[in-house]
Amino acid sequence: MNTAYGLVAIALVCTVTLAIGAFGLRLSRTTSDFYVAGRTVTPYRNASAIGGEYLSAASFLGIAGLVYTNGLDMLWFPVGYTVGYVVLLVLVAAPLRRSGAYTLPDFAEARLESTVVRRLCSVLVVAIGWLYLLPQLQGAGLALGAVTGAPSWLGGLVVALVVVANVAAGGMRSITLVQAVQYWVKLTAIAVPAFVLLALWLRDGLPAPPVAAQGTGWAEPLGGLAGQGHPVYATYSLLLALALGTMGLPHVLVRFYTNPDGRAARRTTLTVVALLGAFYLFPPLYGVLGRVYLPLLPAGVAPDTLVLRLPGVMTPGTGGELLSAVLAGGAFAAFLSTASGLTMSVAGVLDQDLLRRRLGRVTGDDFTVVQGFRLATGLAVLVPFVASLVVEPVGLATMVSLAFAVAASTFCPLLVLGSWWRGLSTVGAAAGLVVGGACAATAVAATVLAGPIPGWSGALLGQPAAWCIPLAFATAVVVSLATPGRVPRHTARTMVRLHTPEDLVLDRD
Amino acid sequence: MTPRGPGDPLVDDPAAATPPTRVRVTSTRRDAPLRRDVRPLTREIDEQSNLGEVYMSGLMSAQLRLAGLVLAFGAVGLGGLPLLFLLVPATRTLEIGRVPLPWLVLGVIVYPVALVVARYYVRQSERIEAEFSAAVGRR
Repeated sequence: MNTAYGLVAIALVCTVTLAIGAFGLRLSRTTSDFYVAGRTVTPYRNASAIGGEYLSAASFLGIAGLVYTNGLDMLWFPVGYTVGYVVLLVLVAAPLRRSGAYTLPDFAEARLESTVVRRLCSVLVVAIGWLYLLPQLQGAGLALGAVTGAPSWLGGLVVALVVVANVAAGGMRSITLVQAVQYWVKLTAIAVPAFVLLALWLRDGLPAPPVAAQGTGWAEPLGGLAGQGHPVYATYSLLLALALGTMGLPHVLVRFYTNPDGRAARRTTLTVVALLGAFYLFPPLYGVLGRVYLPLLPAGVAPDTLVLRLPGVMTPGTGGELLSAVLAGGAFAAFLSTASGLTMSVAGVLDQDLLRRRLGRVTGDDFTVVQGFRLATGLAVLVPFVASLVVEPVGLATMVSLAFAVAASTFCPLLVLGSWWRGLSTVGAAAGLVVGGACAATAVAATVLAGPIPGWSGALLGQPAAWCIPLAFATAVVVSLATPGRVPRHTARTMVRLHTPEDLVLDRD
Repeated sequence: MTPRGPGDPLVDDPAAATPPTRVRVTSTRRDAPLRRDVRPLTREIDEQSNLGEVYMSGLMSAQLRLAGLVLAFGAVGLGGLPLLFLLVPATRTLEIGRVPLPWLVLGVIVYPVALVVARYYVRQSERIEAEFSAAVGRR
């Protein structure tokens, strides 16, 4: 692979991202600027922005690599990512917007009127954010390594620095237009090379993947997810985690605040489903074409880099190199936007709920708000970056689905019960969060630290969603029923706010 | 009966000239329903009266039923696939125009179906809200 084209593409993406950050700093200086701008954003543009933030390098590079390695079962990942937005739409999109919450802890406090639950949510947001950032950083290292041959830590470092510089400089600014453009950049970057490669495949007479691949169950369902046993259980558990976990990801809710009202929030989500569906048609194609044209990866090459290598194999020469460069640029755009969104959310929570008061005590309030936020940003990226060096990669598929499983086991019960059940008590919500979080965290720790575990225990720990989510729901409901005195005082009023259309003049506070 | 008037012997007869019994003329009580309009349903909701709560739980259960319908469709349609592949192994390798069925379904068909379902939900839930607004805002 020609290093120069790829380097130029990556450098271009990083520079443009930084330039936009600097420009955005001039464009809007205060939090309210952002809020006001948010109220004028159309559902269509807002949806592009959500898509731009949501489609990570894991989607851009990971899915193709997974399909290449493990075959058909990996299609459940993009399906789950998309279905997650349908579930979000159906259960919480409008109530979340109408709650007026900007972050998940905000929602918890508004609904449950408890700072304890708020604090719990803050801890969980940070944990999920870090868990989700970890595979992103490792993936970025792989991508840069594939393009330039650089050691794997360098890619993570470059991206961590760009993200910190951008988020810390831009502060609470977030330009919807930029994220919206990023979606279309990513779609173009993956679709155009895909059409070229499809045309080449057509010219070659549509050769099928070699028989060797077919015989191992690669092309058939239930071949086993990521090498674990019990494929049926694993499939269902993964689907549950992705479908119910999307609503609990830290960077998703933030975007809903930019909708003018609940109705627009629904229409935005509908458009997101369309945009995600359009994007996810393409990554599996790379996986399949990889099986056809590159049946054996050279030793020591990560499958996650397949997307970047395929054009060079199918059409050696300048054309292939240019296509690879486009893909590398798109991958870095994907990585930067997702990591920035996650970092923003994690840093915001770190700053607001965990750092500010402690910092005030240590320095005697001798610091500015911006300084506090910048410190939080550094911390938000530093921890997962160090972890990405220390923790042995357990595979993108496993890590990402674990992050979704934690989100699904904690925030899904909170959001769903909080939106629809008047009987949810403060104690019940807290108990649900603790039990769901503890179950999922145990599973994550066991999977990450102990490596692959054979048998049922391995399947249950590797895909914990199917037992953690019901357990968390049950705990929240049972404890709430046992503590009816702890149902928040203003529940009825909150329900009016969450569910009535905005055109009615009602008392919502 | 002939109309009575001046010259009519009955009227001219002083004994028969007693004025007709007075009838109290009342209004059609048009203000009575109007008085109830002074308490619109939005105020019932604001005051969390029983009536307001009935309307609120009506709205919420209508929305929840719709959500349940969509989720059930998804659970059967999507959740049924692994079961189908497990119980009817022939479907794992069945080909439709050179493309195996599982690839076609999970790689392509899922997305337009998800979009149609999401669109159905958005329309229906907006309809529920419009009906609620009309019912609550009308009186």
